[in-house]
Formats: sequence, structure tokens, C-alpha cells
Amino acid sequence: MAKVVNRLHPDFATQSYVIEVFKGVALTTRQFARNLFARKDIVTVQYPDDRRPYTPRFRGKHRLMLRDDKSVRCVACMLCATACPANCITILAREVDDPTIEKAPSAFDIDLLKCIYCGFCEEACPCDAIRLDSGVHTIPSYTRRDQKAGVINLMSLGSVSIASQGGEHRAHSHEGTAHGRSSGH
Amino acid sequence: MHLVDNVLLNIVLMTLVKFAGFVLAFVMGTATVLTWAERKYSALLQNRIGPNRANIGSIRAGGLLHMLADPIKMLTKEDFVPNTPNPILFRLAPLMAFVPALVVFAVIPFGPGETFQISNTSLGILFIFAISSLNVYGAVIGAWASNNKWSLIGGLRISAQMISYEVAIGLSLCGIFMIYGSLDLQDIATRQGELLWGFIPAWGIVYQPVAFVLYLTCAIAENKRAPFDVGEAEAELTAGWWTEYSAMGFAVFALSEFIEIVLIGCVGTTLFLGGWTIPGLHGDAWWIVVLEIGGFLFKSLFLVWLQMTLRWTLPRFRYDQIMRLGWRIMLPIALLNLVVTGIVLTFIERA
Ligand code: SF4
Ligand code: SF4
Repeated sequence: MAKVVNRLHPDFATQSYVIEVFKGVALTTRQFARNLFARKDIVTVQYPDDRRPYTPRFRGKHRLMLRDDKSVRCVACMLCATACPANCITILAREVDDPTIEKAPSAFDIDLLKCIYCGFCEEACPCDAIRLDSGVHTIPSYTRRDQKAGVINLMSLGSVSIASQGGEHRAHSHEGTAHGRSSGH
Repeated sequence: MHLVDNVLLNIVLMTLVKFAGFVLAFVMGTATVLTWAERKYSALLQNRIGPNRANIGSIRAGGLLHMLADPIKMLTKEDFVPNTPNPILFRLAPLMAFVPALVVFAVIPFGPGETFQISNTSLGILFIFAISSLNVYGAVIGAWASNNKWSLIGGLRISAQMISYEVAIGLSLCGIFMIYGSLDLQDIATRQGELLWGFIPAWGIVYQPVAFVLYLTCAIAENKRAPFDVGEAEAELTAGWWTEYSAMGFAVFALSEFIEIVLIGCVGTTLFLGGWTIPGLHGDAWWIVVLEIGGFLFKSLFLVWLQMTLRWTLPRFRYDQIMRLGWRIMLPIALLNLVVTGIVLTFIERA
């Protein structure tokens, strides 16, 4: 059904804008006076001191999840790098002694300046190895190089996943998250 | 010879003292405070808190320290020059905006007599127009030299806007000259000290209320502040004509904008709000003079406040609306005002 748009037909006095300007000035001045003496209208969240709670679906900095023996879950399958629309994931694969694990990343770099935090990598990953649920904002830095998150950096936020995966150390354990909250999906 | 030297030295010294007292202390002081006040005031208007983080130890002084922190930040930031064929013009542009804004204060009478005016010229108001219209060069050349499309569009908009409103502002003030029969600001201010029918102050705003509204509107448009800031238009043009400016270049542009706010206040006070005169108060006693200077500063600050409030109350006009307002509304009203003033003056002279 077509939406009916109610057009305003301001009269000449309103359109001439002269009285309206005074009304506007009166309004802003009143608000100024109120806020000068009382704080109850003020909506500012003083960010580093007070934070709004993030929604559970907040996509923050990536983290690489771990196996039970704290090695990285990633098998360097490149699915995330392929899915990434920003082309910001660089993975170098290496061999692993464990015959049940095909590969592991020897380098896993994410250029956080290019990343658009779309979460496609997380969705593409067959191993629950990469997630964006760390709840961490990308931390500002003085150089561009510092915005490249390497494998160590990404694993430092990681925790053990309960999703099952091949390999010798296959086991189930309780899932923990970087911020101690449930990353329930 | 010796005598001449002394006279010259005296004049130079007096001028320096006046300059320090009026321009450096009042004008620059107000402009500096405005850099803080604009952010804090707008915040309180909009139910925000505003800047309050700059601190020395635990002293925050309601964000007042931002006035100190800003220059330090501006001086230590990267002074970026874009890849432009005109780096010299790019550097020069902030000065071209800053100097005219400051020079104009030379002719503003801030107290009774020649003592309280840096330079007494019978051309007062023409000087103001001549110099302050140079302002547009700073902005336009800066925009051009930035070698950036946003700046260019912004520069194009403000050049058209500033030149259009130049016409209306000039015509809106003509009525004042006709009534007081002088271009000398000191003359005009003194004449406004008289009383009309013994109780109404003979201020310009009483004779020319329409001209006052026109003047204020056009002056804000000249200063390219909201609601006339299409040249900056951060929603469309990043930061418009000063997109590429950073560090001190940006600071100088911003400061000249604030200085111009004070200028609009001072000129408006001198022409419309009775200048330094206080109705019913005459004399040469020192306390009267102090009161009169205080009155001038107070009235100027009132107009500064009004500009601030308008800036944070009204939404930005569209570009075509600005041009239409300038040429099709402001200009005819100014002309009409002029004609009516002329007719009424003729009748009064005849009577
Ligand atoms: S969030 Fe999106 S852009 Fe960022 S790394 Fe993952 S797939 Fe690439
Ligand atoms: S993070 Fe997941 S998708 Fe990316 S390479 Fe490792 S296992 Fe494959």
C-alpha cells in the first residue's frame, strides 16, 4: 500500500523564519540554563570511565581459538582468507608432526586497518578457529605496523573451544571466553 | 626635531598601549575563550557535557584548561601540506584570513574620545568594509591551493556566498549613515548617546530595527558560520574549504573566525546598540569612562553570545536557499529600508 506523506503547509509567518528563529533561540537558551544547573537531561556517557555494555553479537578484534593443549586450532585451510572481502588475512602454512592434523599456520596476520569487521572469516572457518567475539576494540597505535595482528597476538585472546575437531588431542572441555561472558550464538 | 621625535614616539606608544589593551587583551582574549566556550556552550545546549578532560593533576576547571591544551596540541601536530602546486599560497592563506580580521579593530571606538580608538579616521565604516572583504581571499585561496575537490567546492560556495552578502550588508548599513550623517564610527557612537523624546536612547536599533536584523544575518553569512556554513558542510564536503588544513594553519583559520565573531559584535554595537554610550550618562569623570568602556564590552559580548546561540540553534541552509535569501530577500529588503529611510528623513527635514 502506498504510504501517504503528510506534507506540512507552514503559514507565511512560519516560513518567513523570523519568529521561528526567536523561538529556537528561546528553546536552546532554556535547555542551556537547565543543563547548567542540573545534570538530569545530559545523556553523555563518559566513555573510558563508563562504558555501555556491548551486545553479545559485537564483532571486535579477532582471536584464534585453541585446542586443549593450547596449540592453535587453525589448520591453515585458507577458507577465511578466501572469504575475506577486504583481503586482509595472510596465512602461511606449515606441517605438523601429528598425522591427524594436516597443517597449522606458521604465520597468521590480519591487517586490522584493512579489516571491515564483517565476520565472514568467522563464518567461513570450519574449525571454530577464528572468532570476532573478543569484545576488544582495535587498539590505536602510532604506526601502521602495529595494526598487523600476528598469530601470537591473536592467540593471546583465544581460549579453548568446545567444538570437536580432528587430531590427537581431541577432547571436550568447557569453553571460556576472553571476557568471561558466554559467547552464546 | 627633537620635539617632533617626541610627538611621534608618543603616538606610537599610545597606539601600542591601545592595541595591547583592546586588541590583544579583549579581542584575542575573547577569541581564545570562545574556542572553549563554543564547545562547552554547544554541549550544554545539546544535553552533552562537552570538553572536560584536559587536566593538570586533578584540576580540570570545567574544561577551561582546554584553552591551554589546544595551542600545545596544535603546535606539536604534524603540519601537513598536501601535494599541491601552490604550497606557498597554501601557507599564506591562513594569514590572509587572519590579518584582515585583526586590522579592522583599528577603527572601532571602544570608549569616548580619540583616546579610546586606535586610529581615528573619518572613513571608519568604509575601512571596515574594505578590509574585511579581503577575508574571502584567505578562504578561497586556501581552498584553491589545497588541490582537493572538497576544498574547491567549498571555496566556490563561500566565494559566491561572501560576495553576495557583501552587497546586502553594505546597503543595510546605509540607512545608519543617512541618519547620523557620518561615516566616522566615533561620531556615530557619540550621536547615539542622545535621547529621543527624552527617554528612548537614540540607538541605531531604534531607528533601524530592520537594518539590524539584516546586518546580523549578513554578517553571520559573511563569517560563513552556521546556518550559512555550506562552505564547510561537514556532512557533504568533509570539512569543505579547510579540509586539508591541520595544526597551526587550521588554528589560525579557526581563530580568525572567532575574531570575526568579536568584530561583528563590536561593529554591531557601535552602529546599532549605542556604541560605548550609556543612555543618560554623560561626563568626563573617570568612573563614567570606565562604565562606558565596560558597557561597550558588555554589549559586544552580548552580540557574541547571540551569534553563538544562533549558530547552535539553526540548521544549515541549503546552498540555493542561501543564494536566494541573499539576492531575492536580503537585497530587496535592504533597498526598501534605504528608500523608506530616505523618505522619512526628507519629511523630517521639511517639517
Ligand atoms: S572480519 Fe571480514 S574483513 Fe575482517 S578479517 Fe574477517 S573476513 Fe576479513
Ligand atoms: S582460521 Fe579457520 S578458516 Fe582460517 S585458515 Fe584457519 S582453519 Fe581455515
